[in-house]
Amino acid sequence: MSEQNLQSQTVQTTGHAWDGDLQEFNNPLPTWWVYTFYVTIVFSVVYWLIYPSWPFGKGFLTGFSDITYVNKAGETVSSHWNTRALLMEDLNKADEMQKPYFSKVAASDFGQISKDPELSGFVLSAGKALFTDNCAPCHQQGGQGVVGFFPNLTDDDWLYGGSYDKIHQTLVNGRRGYMPAFGEVLSVGEIDALANYVASLSGIEHDAGKAANGRALFSSETAACYYCHTDSAKGRQDMGAPNLTDKIWLWANVPGSDNPEGKIAAIRSTISTGVNKGVMPAWGERLSPEQIKVLTVYVHELGGGK
Amino acid sequence: MRLNFKHEWIETNIGLMLVLTMLAISVGGLVEIAPLFLIDKTVEKTEGVNVRPYTPLEMRGRDIYVREGCYTCHSQMIRPFVDEKLRYGHYSLAAESQYDHPFQWGSKRTGPDLARVGGKYSNEWHVQHLIAPRSMVPESVMPNYPWLATTLLDQSDVAGRMKALRAVGVPYSLTEAEREANVEKFGAEVAAQLHIADAKKNLVEQANLGNYDGDKAGVSEMDALVAYLQVLGTMVDFTKVNEDELVRSR
Repeated sequence: MSEQNLQSQTVQTTGHAWDGDLQEFNNPLPTWWVYTFYVTIVFSVVYWLIYPSWPFGKGFLTGFSDITYVNKAGETVSSHWNTRALLMEDLNKADEMQKPYFSKVAASDFGQISKDPELSGFVLSAGKALFTDNCAPCHQQGGQGVVGFFPNLTDDDWLYGGSYDKIHQTLVNGRRGYMPAFGEVLSVGEIDALANYVASLSGIEHDAGKAANGRALFSSETAACYYCHTDSAKGRQDMGAPNLTDKIWLWANVPGSDNPEGKIAAIRSTISTGVNKGVMPAWGERLSPEQIKVLTVYVHELGGGK
Repeated sequence: MRLNFKHEWIETNIGLMLVLTMLAISVGGLVEIAPLFLIDKTVEKTEGVNVRPYTPLEMRGRDIYVREGCYTCHSQMIRPFVDEKLRYGHYSLAAESQYDHPFQWGSKRTGPDLARVGGKYSNEWHVQHLIAPRSMVPESVMPNYPWLATTLLDQSDVAGRMKALRAVGVPYSLTEAEREANVEKFGAEVAAQLHIADAKKNLVEQANLGNYDGDKAGVSEMDALVAYLQVLGTMVDFTKVNEDELVRSR
């Protein structure tokens, strides 16, 4: 191959020789390549004319192409072509497709949505996408939550109420869990008694004597647990106080322990340090009213609602 | 059409070759990037866009973000596409990173975009997620950062860092006149946070008030990082922004 090239007389050399006889061929570019290159130059000129391109003074050349879209106020706006205008146009198209559903969602009340098979089908699939994007990092993909951090949404236990209206309220305004720390108010023995009583409510193996003391303390003015959890320990939803009798745990990591001592220790620790977490962000400003409505129905369906 | 040009000129003169190579490779940057810093319209100045510089605590949090290399997996740039709008929110504005040196736009996402993560999750989620990401997001590949919660924040050089940012154009105030200019521009509350002389006091106050890491003892690196994450993308009030004006500015 190289021998053939050396013998060929048609290829010119660059004309200089190094180290006596080291020469370099000067192969011109193929014609098709050169013309393709010229075409790209012409293309770029056309491109500059159509789309925003060169900086020009304190601004830039906007190009001759334009985009028309409908803005939030419903006015038709025309703009030179750019990616932001393109987004507006794309959003218009997406809105157009979802509009029949979303306007129906906006016009229906929660009960109507879940009864209408077509609409509830839309709400459940749109709700799944919204839930995955926004809620799943805390409440997990399936809504099962994380013990010690974020409530399970698939069970029948609702901290702040499981009706459509309560769920809607939770989504729009957010929530903040709070329970005072009793570590400095009550003695170690009193906290232990309370923990045994709370364990007894869920059928966890406990010391009956301590539990009886705990029962008395629970409704006494010293500990005043009854104030939020109610005398029957079923909890006041307007305070976000959990039902202590349903064997469902959020703050005390009772399921994390496989022996009764460990379970009671988990309860003791929650009583003594209290709860000042459980922050649910407010979504009222982040999501649209229709999106929140969709999520309300979706979350309601997860746990069967109330 | 043949110019009387010889390869030999460049090939035998390394200095000339260096200069011409640098010229050739800087064309892209000079033509595409440099003008953006000179055009008036680049940084949006419409109603509702009230972007302020970071408070001392947020600024230190940002330093930790950079130190831990968060930018290698997380971008802070929501592009104007429908799917990005649906997942992350409104597209990022140039105005939102005007006080970032260097900006954290990024171009590679192993994790999600963080440009509007502020306020999306609770502080405790961030703390737990930074200590052990998989306890919150089972499929996550993010590394654990447990030392952030146990390491106290180095506060010794906050003022120095603010002075350095001031030197590159961030309006942190050294003099009374600069402070007053900030009051004018950002309001008294923000201006107080931007005053370099009060940096340490402001930092500790914000950390104690916010208690971002859920631990009242001392200001940890976690406090700073979570404070920073919680402010990302929250400074623009999009209910007041005229979208059409944003469109026209590009």
